[in-house]
Amino acid sequence: MDLAFTQEEDAFRAEARAWLADRVPRAPLPSLETAEGFAAHRAWEAELAADRWSVVNWPTAYGGRDSGLIRWLVFEEEYWAAGAPGRVGQNGISLLAPTLFDHGTEEQRARVLPPMATGEVVWAQAWSEPEAGSDLASLRSRAVRTDGGWLLSGHKTWSSRAAFADRAFGLFRSDPEAPKPHQGLTYLMFDLRAPGVTVRPIGRLDGKPAFAELFLDEVFVPDEDVIGAPGEGWRIAMSTAGNERGLMLRSPGRFLAAAERLRRLWQRQGCPPSAEAQVADALIGARAYRLFTFAAASRFLEGGSIGPESSLNKVFWSEYDIALHETALDLLGEQGEAADSEWAEGYVFSLAGPIYAGTNEIQRDIIAERLLGLPKGRR
Amino acid sequence: MRFLLDAEQRAFAGSLDAMLTAADTPSVVRDWSRGEHTSGRALWSRLAEAGVFALAVPEEYGGLGPRPVELAVAFVELGRHAVPGPLVETVAAAAVLAALNDTGPAERLLPALSSGESAATLATGPYALDADMADVRLTVAARDTELRLAPPPGRPHPSLDPARRLFEPAPGGELLAAGPQVAEAVAHGLTWARLATSAQCLGGGLALLDRTVAYVRQRTQFGVPIGSFQAVKHQLADAKTALEFARPLLFGAALSMTPADVAAAKVTASEAAYATARTALQLHGAIGYTAEYDLSLWLTRARALRTAWGGPEECRALVLSSGDRRW
Repeated sequence: MDLAFTQEEDAFRAEARAWLADRVPRAPLPSLETAEGFAAHRAWEAELAADRWSVVNWPTAYGGRDSGLIRWLVFEEEYWAAGAPGRVGQNGISLLAPTLFDHGTEEQRARVLPPMATGEVVWAQAWSEPEAGSDLASLRSRAVRTDGGWLLSGHKTWSSRAAFADRAFGLFRSDPEAPKPHQGLTYLMFDLRAPGVTVRPIGRLDGKPAFAELFLDEVFVPDEDVIGAPGEGWRIAMSTAGNERGLMLRSPGRFLAAAERLRRLWQRQGCPPSAEAQVADALIGARAYRLFTFAAASRFLEGGSIGPESSLNKVFWSEYDIALHETALDLLGEQGEAADSEWAEGYVFSLAGPIYAGTNEIQRDIIAERLLGLPKGRR
Repeated sequence: MRFLLDAEQRAFAGSLDAMLTAADTPSVVRDWSRGEHTSGRALWSRLAEAGVFALAVPEEYGGLGPRPVELAVAFVELGRHAVPGPLVETVAAAAVLAALNDTGPAERLLPALSSGESAATLATGPYALDADMADVRLTVAARDTELRLAPPPGRPHPSLDPARRLFEPAPGGELLAAGPQVAEAVAHGLTWARLATSAQCLGGGLALLDRTVAYVRQRTQFGVPIGSFQAVKHQLADAKTALEFARPLLFGAALSMTPADVAAAKVTASEAAYATARTALQLHGAIGYTAEYDLSLWLTRARALRTAWGGPEECRALVLSSGDRRW
């Protein structure tokens, strides 16, 4: 058992640190949930990609560095410690790309991944529907067979980034006769600017259009944009959900950096004893999450898979993130209500954590049923 | 980077678990609570044979140590089985003795601690645990400048955990070491005590979780197992999450052995274990609230270990006082 990095990993860390020290914008970019901020973040993705820092764990053929999991974690530590911008391409990079690596064709990877790596194409997810949230398998949006492809119709919602994104991916019901809800679903990619698509942005809690409703009316999708076999969508999407909740969605580096920022805020405010416990817990929690992730990565590298354990991870970071931001706002005192503080945007973002990517109620059911072996019951 | 126990370490845990399961530790705990030490002493010898105490004793004094990772592995199992006695205190005493500049006390006392012939207790606060059965009773006096071998204690003070027999350290006794080396050695011993306590907490929490999961699977109300209710499941899911995030802190602390890392492990493992104890009590209902039912052995232990060797507030303060960290 050890936590030692190799010389190569240390060298990689030093290279990343030097590049970031030179290139991270001095002033924070505008919020990525605005048109102006989205464009600025897209430009930053291009800058990252130009020197192969946008997707370090991908194969070199698609713009990565073939870094492997450990160096990806190292990069993330350096990235967030440097105060670098949020990643506008995260949905595609952490959800769609792993799906394409596992279930896509070589043609799809070659076509989709490089422009994802540069931010030229930013992806939104299209899972939820007005009547299909936690019970995602009850979704009703349809994919109907047509010449050379499929026609998508229906109503998707809570589609993160869709207000400004280029393309989207999600599940559609291709076989309404299938005997069970999770059968007869197909995983498709589509263009948000295609004829028949209407995007209606939704203001999140602070009013920024962080997500959108999608109205689809016979939107044509060519066969080449089906991932895996038609009807196999649920199985494929669940493997994506494993990735989403697993190691790639929230790297420890993000929280290590946030916890250190919180410590500095606490010190600037004169080290108030009333916040000692919360600040200490932020530091301890970041360390716990880092070590938990290294343990999971070690198991993964020995051939283990990231299964239901990823639900522990998701419950932990989503609640941790809120507690950390609440502490920061409390420390700011009356300034804490200002929406333009360096903590306000993160606070609003953190509030969504226990809801998206599988609500924490669903995650706790998974922990109880699949890790503890408790019987299924009515939810 | 390989942050996983290796096969040998896992086998060590497995063999201790099997040995302790066969030893019927709940009956040993109940004997111990009445001041009857025979069964506990026998178990102590078997733990020593398995090498548990030797892990804290350096090789030059007859031990196998210092091996904090293996010690943490062992103490998770000791906690899982609620083994009674001055286990942590023996480890802490060994660490104190090994850290003195003067090697005389270590040469004299450590071989018998390593082999299990003697048990030790160490008082840095108001009580010396199990001072009636401990052969080596270390006390720290005169503002951490004197380490003494205390005389036998008086009568025990009642504890919320009946198996933790508390004694006020008797004053006086042979002076083993003096001067600033004592405070440094005691600080070192405290880090080892905290690590071992963290591991005991994690093991105890895991046992509470396992027992409660088993209970809610078989306890039926309204015609179904109560473990099928979401209100029950989610409490257990939270307990599982808390314990699984305490585990990497424990082993990370065992690797670094810095006071701040060990303090982080202590506060997290003890709070996770205590929260699990509260959940275990609630989900068992009235049966869990009885002394007769064995769950009580772990419930009372979880409360006691929360404050033993540095409570949550002290540990958090230590984390905060450590410098900024560049990862």
